[in-house]
Amino acid sequence: MIGAIAQYLPPMLKGIGVTVQLTLFSSVLALTVAFLLGLCRLSRYSLVRGISYTFVEIIRGTSLLVQLFWFYYVMPFFGVEFSAMTTGVLAIGLNYGAYGSEIVRSSILAVPKGQTEAAIALNLTRWQRMIHVIIPQALMRMVPPFGNLLIELLKGTSLVYFITLADLTYISMTLRNTNYADSLIIFTLLLLIYFLIAQLMTLGVRWVEKRVTAGRLA
Amino acid sequence: MNMRSDEKPIVRYRNIRKSYGDLEVIKGIDLDIFPAEKIAVIGPSGSGKTTLGRMLMTLEEPSSGTIEVDGELLWHKKVNGKLVRADEKHLHKIRGKIGMVFQHFNLFPHMTILRNVTEAPVRVKGMSRKEAEKIGMEMLDKVGLIDKKDNYPSQLSGGQKQRVAIARALVMDPKVMVFDEVTSALDPELVGEVLNVIKEIAREGKMAMMLITHEMDFAREVADRVIFTADGRIVEEGPPEQIFEHPKSERLQNFLSRFMAKV
Ligand SMILES: Nc1ncnc2c1ncn2[C@@H]1O[C@H](COP(=O)(O)OP(=O)(O)O)[C@@H](O)[C@H]1O
Ligand SMILES: [Mg+2]
Repeated sequence: MIGAIAQYLPPMLKGIGVTVQLTLFSSVLALTVAFLLGLCRLSRYSLVRGISYTFVEIIRGTSLLVQLFWFYYVMPFFGVEFSAMTTGVLAIGLNYGAYGSEIVRSSILAVPKGQTEAAIALNLTRWQRMIHVIIPQALMRMVPPFGNLLIELLKGTSLVYFITLADLTYISMTLRNTNYADSLIIFTLLLLIYFLIAQLMTLGVRWVEKRVTAGRLA
Repeated sequence: MNMRSDEKPIVRYRNIRKSYGDLEVIKGIDLDIFPAEKIAVIGPSGSGKTTLGRMLMTLEEPSSGTIEVDGELLWHKKVNGKLVRADEKHLHKIRGKIGMVFQHFNLFPHMTILRNVTEAPVRVKGMSRKEAEKIGMEMLDKVGLIDKKDNYPSQLSGGQKQRVAIARALVMDPKVMVFDEVTSALDPELVGEVLNVIKEIAREGKMAMMLITHEMDFAREVADRVIFTADGRIVEEGPPEQIFEHPKSERLQNFLSRFMAKV
């Protein structure tokens, strides 16, 4: 069995590189999109709210897999062609960003009204209230749910298998296609590796959580 | 009545009404507050005291009527001789003259005490941090909390939090300040320290104060004039001796007797 592991681990490590890269880039995109959409959904302009709401609903109402297919197989008909990696980052980032916008929105709404009122009484502008009073407090609430979302995102990256991006899942599948007898070993390795990455992410989130809340929340 | 006809009021409510849906909670109030005047607003709960203060702090828009602050309309502005609804820019301009302390403190939990007190002067008045900290420390000294400057609000008692909230509002140097039942959320043994701070500020004099309160002894001691509200109207007003010793209206007599019985 050691031999089998030694045989499969090096190619899988390459796949890990792709999976990690994909997770990292799409996480950054997802967080950015989540903030933009979340703030748009709280805009005082109904048009902005309407557009962002519709966008979120469309993304949530269709599957990530179909979105991947659209970016990869349909967009070229409109003259827009992306590499498999770019496609993965775009589709995954937008998809999880749409879900994340709900976290941003609800965390901002969860900051007590008295905070806004105190900020108004001090004559802070709408923008200053958001940046210096509301968002810092909302951030503390966002960290745990965002941690969960990013772990979901990690697991979601395996769907790039279907657009033939050689991530961890894709490589494991090809290994398994040529070594049926070792299915158990290959998929156990696959499972363990995802689990380890997720654990590392959880640790990271805990660390961030400690830093943002240090000694502060009532 | 404490009429100072020679002086221009700093706040002037004119025929103010406020409804929430079908429920009218302020039913036509006229009230002048003069510079440096301390008025106490008393009355049964639900009579509209908080709403009155919140409309001045621009947290609640009147349904009709006008409020003037320092000679300027608060909720309206004149465009080509016509009154139109004030925009945020207009509110921002006038709001600098008004301050408020809330029942539940509303300190910013993510900022240290000093930061709570200096944030607005830096952001709104454009002071340098250093300048703001100098004034902030003076105000923290005034409320007796200099040694807490690096703590966070969650590390303070209710009475201390409220004193910080007072310092935070004072730093902005408003011309009129609303205190909305600032001791109602406190444990009884912490009420005194907060009232003492307010008395001290009142003694200094220059700022007009609207003290919404259930502390009758405090109102009697500090106020130049007492306003009694019931059912969204001012039912009776006058100097403290008159209001507390010789109440005219039956409503006020009932209110006071029930109040004294309770205490
Ligand atoms: N946001 C609101 N929506 C609906 N009703 C409100 C709101 N704020 C206050 N009220 C009602 O207005 C009335 C006056 O309230 P308030 O000004 O808080 O009175 P007080 O401070 O004298 O207790 C009460 O009947 C209260 O229920
Ligand atoms: Mg009240």
